[in-house]
Amino acid sequence: MAHAYTPGLRVTPYTVLRRSRRLPMKGLVLARVGETVHREQVVARTELPGNVRTMNVVNRLGIAADELHTFMLKKEGDSVQKGEAIAASRPLIKWFKTTVEAEVDGVVESISAVTGQVLLREPPLPVEVLAYVDGSIVEVLADEGVVVETRGAFVQGIFGVGGEAYGPLHVLSDAPGQDLTVEMIDAGCAGRTIVGTGLVTHAVIDKARQVGAAGIIGGGMHDSDLRILLGYDLGVAITGAEDIGLTVIVTEGFGRIAMARRTFDILRACHGRQASLSGATQIRAGVMRPEIIVPDLGGAPPIAEKDATHGEGMREGDPLRVIRAPYFGHIGKVGRLIAELQKVESGASVRVLEVEFEDSSRAVVPRANVELIEE
Amino acid sequence: MSKLDVVIATDCGSTTTKAILIERQGDIYRQTCRGEAPTTVEAPFEDVTRGVLNAIQEIEELSGRQILDGERIITPAEGNRGVDIYISTSSAGGGLQMMVAGVVGSMTGESAQRCALGAGAIVMDVLAANDGRLPHEKIERIRHLRPDMVLLSGGTDGGTISHVVELAEYIAAADPRPRFGTGFELPVIFAGNRDAQSEVERVLGSKTALHLTENIRPVLERENLGPARHVIHDLFLEHVMAQAPGYRELMAWTGAPIMPTPAAVGQIMQTIARRQGINVLGVDIGGATTDVFSVFTVIGDDGVSAEPVFNRTVSANLGMSYSISNVLAEATMPNVVRWLPVDIDEADLRDRIKNKMIRPTTIPHMLEELQIEHAVAREALRLALVQHRELAVGLKGVQTERTLSDAFEQSGSGDSLIDMMSLDLLVGSGGVLSHAPRRSQTAAMLIDAFQPEGVTQLAVDSIFMMPHLGVLASVDEKAATDVFERDCIVYLGTCVAPVGDGKVKAGEPCATYELTIDGAAGGATRGALGYGALDLIPLAEGVEADLILRPNRGWNVGAGAGQELRTRVRGGVVGLVLDGRGRPLDIPEDLEARRRSLTAWNQALELYDDSGEEA
Repeated sequence: MAHAYTPGLRVTPYTVLRRSRRLPMKGLVLARVGETVHREQVVARTELPGNVRTMNVVNRLGIAADELHTFMLKKEGDSVQKGEAIAASRPLIKWFKTTVEAEVDGVVESISAVTGQVLLREPPLPVEVLAYVDGSIVEVLADEGVVVETRGAFVQGIFGVGGEAYGPLHVLSDAPGQDLTVEMIDAGCAGRTIVGTGLVTHAVIDKARQVGAAGIIGGGMHDSDLRILLGYDLGVAITGAEDIGLTVIVTEGFGRIAMARRTFDILRACHGRQASLSGATQIRAGVMRPEIIVPDLGGAPPIAEKDATHGEGMREGDPLRVIRAPYFGHIGKVGRLIAELQKVESGASVRVLEVEFEDSSRAVVPRANVELIEE
Repeated sequence: MSKLDVVIATDCGSTTTKAILIERQGDIYRQTCRGEAPTTVEAPFEDVTRGVLNAIQEIEELSGRQILDGERIITPAEGNRGVDIYISTSSAGGGLQMMVAGVVGSMTGESAQRCALGAGAIVMDVLAANDGRLPHEKIERIRHLRPDMVLLSGGTDGGTISHVVELAEYIAAADPRPRFGTGFELPVIFAGNRDAQSEVERVLGSKTALHLTENIRPVLERENLGPARHVIHDLFLEHVMAQAPGYRELMAWTGAPIMPTPAAVGQIMQTIARRQGINVLGVDIGGATTDVFSVFTVIGDDGVSAEPVFNRTVSANLGMSYSISNVLAEATMPNVVRWLPVDIDEADLRDRIKNKMIRPTTIPHMLEELQIEHAVAREALRLALVQHRELAVGLKGVQTERTLSDAFEQSGSGDSLIDMMSLDLLVGSGGVLSHAPRRSQTAAMLIDAFQPEGVTQLAVDSIFMMPHLGVLASVDEKAATDVFERDCIVYLGTCVAPVGDGKVKAGEPCATYELTIDGAAGGATRGALGYGALDLIPLAEGVEADLILRPNRGWNVGAGAGQELRTRVRGGVVGLVLDGRGRPLDIPEDLEARRRSLTAWNQALELYDDSGEEA
């Protein structure tokens, strides 16, 4: 392999970012190229086909399926109201007449003379896509959505839960490695994105949810707390659709881990500024990490967005974090790239490098167990 | 094909494209070089051929053979230039994802599932008229899944058509869209009651790309999976592959149709089982999924005819990185912890496993971390086999009769075709097995998870070459089997495991043995295998031996309870493993007793301690 290392998470105080905002199916795009948009502005809209309600009309009328058409009062394509008669029997004595009424508002989608079923399609469901970040439209994706460009601070987390949220950053720690406590969360956190720099517990998240915080960011969390938060054991890392009342992002991993200083410095510098965040994480093909974007549209001229996953490889002096025991969470830099395979404690012979930690100590670790901190 | 001296083969995986070079050396074919490069199906490249060219370039550099002329593969081979054929498999972009439907879940639903799995698909859901879901729930499910294609079956030929037409109506109502290519219609294969074809065509013909084929269950007691599988393969190429970025071009390069990776692995398994006349069980444990393949000979109803039956299952959420947390969730903590000889705090173990999930490319640095991964792997493999046993049941793969009464009982666990006592070869593949620091660790994981019975050969696919050889088998069977035997498979050795309920205390013998190694001086080695013990006898790779096993009363090694067995055994890089721990494996429940046992077993196979040389 050309690069035997994990591409790093991006953590940068100022960059240019583009975000595609697509509808799940074709629809109407509501913004134009060059238009300035607000994060909560609707930029595209469509309608998903309504739910389908099946009604077994032949059973209710006590007739054969191939007779169904002769008993139908409505035909395919007709609109119906809930409670409106759609089929009726024709007994000799009117008193015995049986009527089948529509169970929902909608349109008659199909009438089957084989199964005796009538399918009613409910009215379409509107779907709207928001701009997500303050910025401007740089591209319109015909009938599908837009590309929004913004400038500002950008921090990728390692794992998150909950969808997109908005709220000014509210930094409650003054150094990396400080756990958030329940007492630190008060009414002043309402509508804000709380930032801690150590462990985030379920009790803290729960309090943040109670006071109405938009999101909460920390260094790490325990899996046991995640399980309580979600109500189930998360098996596969595909998140973002959880309905948990706020968005939770950890920047380092599971366990009590201090937030990297660089991440902390950037978030602290953005204290009080409006942030867009997303907890969506996907670790299979098409990697997606949770993110915090703090737009600063009045900043310096744009620099093209760097592609984080296709860097030029690892060089001596590059900042990195170790992402596996025994040095998990430690920050350092590439000391020396060792060409020969080396046997590590587990007995495996692997490609390694020498890491120089912040306290100047050094250790040899597998290359697969470090990730570059990318700007 | 006139000449087949040089073959270049690639497997385009989700993350890595692996290329191998196969050359004829005299009368036999050997794999001579391998190269790999990141797969380039996703942004920013969005063209699978980039990764293929990069992997081939690596082979060019290593072999000195010129294979590419710019971006063209040179054919045929002349001297040190070009190849005679280029072949490929693919699982990039998530492989082939299908939804299947049948009228009765345990009958046509299950047949449809076997059909799709055997064709190399991941089955996202099995829809059945009797699956307990309300109609609108089924329709919602179809709409949300976005499969690559749907296989609709149901009803025997000449039977009632209303239920299968009802399923067709649900599919039509959902109006599903395929995963790739927003402007294309979803391929739907109808392989049900032939009398329902016109009605199904009326319901689905205008809304989907409908393909009609033979019924997979023409009568209740016969399964006919071949024709529908062929249609799945054709549609995989025409619709799924052709829509994926760069595949249209790649398809033009290959000298044989591109196969889904698991279908190719299944092909080579079947080829080996047929050529050697053995029962084979194979497993490929990846980061996200675990595939299990089996070929077992089943005796026909006449008691004489024998036919190898192929089955494949994929456990979509059992894997060693992306899905590692799911293994823990499904296996439960006590089952994982029971394999650990060291004391680890449960909360800490949970965090470590989650960290592996979110950083899937990391590797164990410390011994303790390696032991945790191996413990999880045992459980992932065990659960994958449980799922395989449940599906590899009853009916034979193609055109085989059963009695009517059997047909109504096919989903019972007692009907599984997987008989570990008759298993001859167990092959492991995938990172945690192929890249274990010691081969003895691989053998131990396979033995503990699958618990082979009697005498079973163990092997590992060292560099995951089976997909390449599967597609090669479709071109030249001899070339594929040559390479399989000589370069693909590393023989670990043979496992001997008596099974029985004979009452013996721990340490008392459950069998005695007599081993005569070919060409060895000093005659036979004799010994007794104690109940609860695990012993390792050196028997090198390429060496064979005569083994006489005499089980005690109530114990069976393959010839019946208490019956002597004389057999040939093959050595390997680990040796001859004598497993007296019983089946199912008897792991002490008491914490201290379990640790003592685990430590003794680990030492016997020299798994982790530094006392022995690396196996």
